[in-house]
Amino acid sequence: MKTFLILGAGTAGTLMARSMVKTLDPQEWKVVVVDRDRAHYYQPGFLFIPFGIYKPSDVIKPKTNYLPRQVEMIWSDIELVEPAENRVTLTEGKRVIHYDELVIATGVDIRPDQTEGLDGAGWRQNIFDFYTYEGSVKLAEALKRFDGGRVVINISEMPVKCPVAPLEFVFLADDYFRRRGIRNKVDLIYSTPLPDAFTKPRANATLGPMFEKRGIQLEADFAIGDVDASANAIHSYDGREIGYDLLVSIPTNMGAEYIERSGIGDDLNYIPVDKFTMQSKQWPNVWAVGDTTNLPASKAGSVAHFQHEIAVHNILAHIKGQPVDDKFDGHSLCYIESGAGKAILIDFNYDLEPVPGTYPVPGIGPFQLLKETTFNHWGKLIFRPMYWAMMSGINVPLPSKMSTAGKKI
Amino acid sequence: MSDVLAAVKFDAEGFMVDPNAWTKEIAEAIAAREGMVLTERHWVVINFARDYFKKNGESPTPRNITKNSDVTTKELYELFPGGPAKLAAKVSGLGKPHGCI
Repeated sequence: MKTFLILGAGTAGTLMARSMVKTLDPQEWKVVVVDRDRAHYYQPGFLFIPFGIYKPSDVIKPKTNYLPRQVEMIWSDIELVEPAENRVTLTEGKRVIHYDELVIATGVDIRPDQTEGLDGAGWRQNIFDFYTYEGSVKLAEALKRFDGGRVVINISEMPVKCPVAPLEFVFLADDYFRRRGIRNKVDLIYSTPLPDAFTKPRANATLGPMFEKRGIQLEADFAIGDVDASANAIHSYDGREIGYDLLVSIPTNMGAEYIERSGIGDDLNYIPVDKFTMQSKQWPNVWAVGDTTNLPASKAGSVAHFQHEIAVHNILAHIKGQPVDDKFDGHSLCYIESGAGKAILIDFNYDLEPVPGTYPVPGIGPFQLLKETTFNHWGKLIFRPMYWAMMSGINVPLPSKMSTAGKKI
Repeated sequence: MSDVLAAVKFDAEGFMVDPNAWTKEIAEAIAAREGMVLTERHWVVINFARDYFKKNGESPTPRNITKNSDVTTKELYELFPGGPAKLAAKVSGLGKPHGCI
């Protein structure tokens, strides 16, 4: 009996487990999945929790609801991965699993400890994240109490999961304070290590004015050096200071610690894989899918979905001794909430930047690319039930490769 | 200086279009245009960035640089004021670091 081992049962791991159960011969293969957390989170929903738009039950379900019954599920942290020995050691009972094929899909986590002072006295007092369930719930309480002052959004370091989420947060915050009638008492400051809020020329030309229109201040090229929680200020390495009453931080995003322990990741504990095939650059029977890869694509659920289709094809080819030749094009599809019940849709890949046009039907839509519309907002909201349906095994016909039809390239 | 850069193609923001056309003389000339004089410590960063690009096909992040050389983050910002990722990439003849949008 051969072992197909999947580390992580989030978006990518769950999709992978289902595909493998469906395609591998159960007489020959056993599919084993390891995860330390029994809750499956709809992570894009964390964005809406601070503003009271989503409630906890919208974003948390038991992982077992979505894993096919045929998999062997093990609840444990991971101690060590030794690809040269085709072996993984679990934390629980120091159990050792020998694998024939290994898929790493343990995602990334926020690491406030990577920025000096960020996880100190102010953490979850007047410094919050919205990239974890706990953080977004605590931030919701803090926002409710907030009746004026400086709200600073800060991205510690790129890349981060769902790179548009910080933008969405600041647009939704603008809308939230307007609805509460206190927008004139709130300063919104967006600080980013990137040279602009939108760094791609076409997106910047179209979306750049959104900040000015909403009265959001931009502090670009801001690489955070430290947080001084006693003075409520953040400092950049080049000596700039931004004072805050409420700091909404997007801390450094890193892969799991077992990756560092095992010496199989890069500087951020991401797994280096071929950017087209998802195969490890070092070990041909090791693959990575979803946020945990080092691919220069967005770390997002839609991307994990697209990657997984390509990876499944390539892994099956590898098992059969055929060439690993299906290619991921870096396709990402994201709805960006812009506040007041509107959203922007963007569609791009490794080579093409987000451009205007219609999606998914060329010339018709109904979604408008790179434009703020109400219909796009509905698309964003529909994504949540669609996500849970997809996790349950219902096939969602989203083409994994990007189409250029209907787009103004 | 202008002679060295005359034949080099740049994009609208001053990043070299073809990283393979880069030479040490070009780096000195770009640095001069940006108002910098390159020291031995700058070259630690530039050489690392060139190697990183050769291996990975992209520009290194500040973390890549500080984790794999003896240059600290503070020093990196002193060497390349206002944005080491951007300025180091420019002098090293590499593309501009991008977000997704």
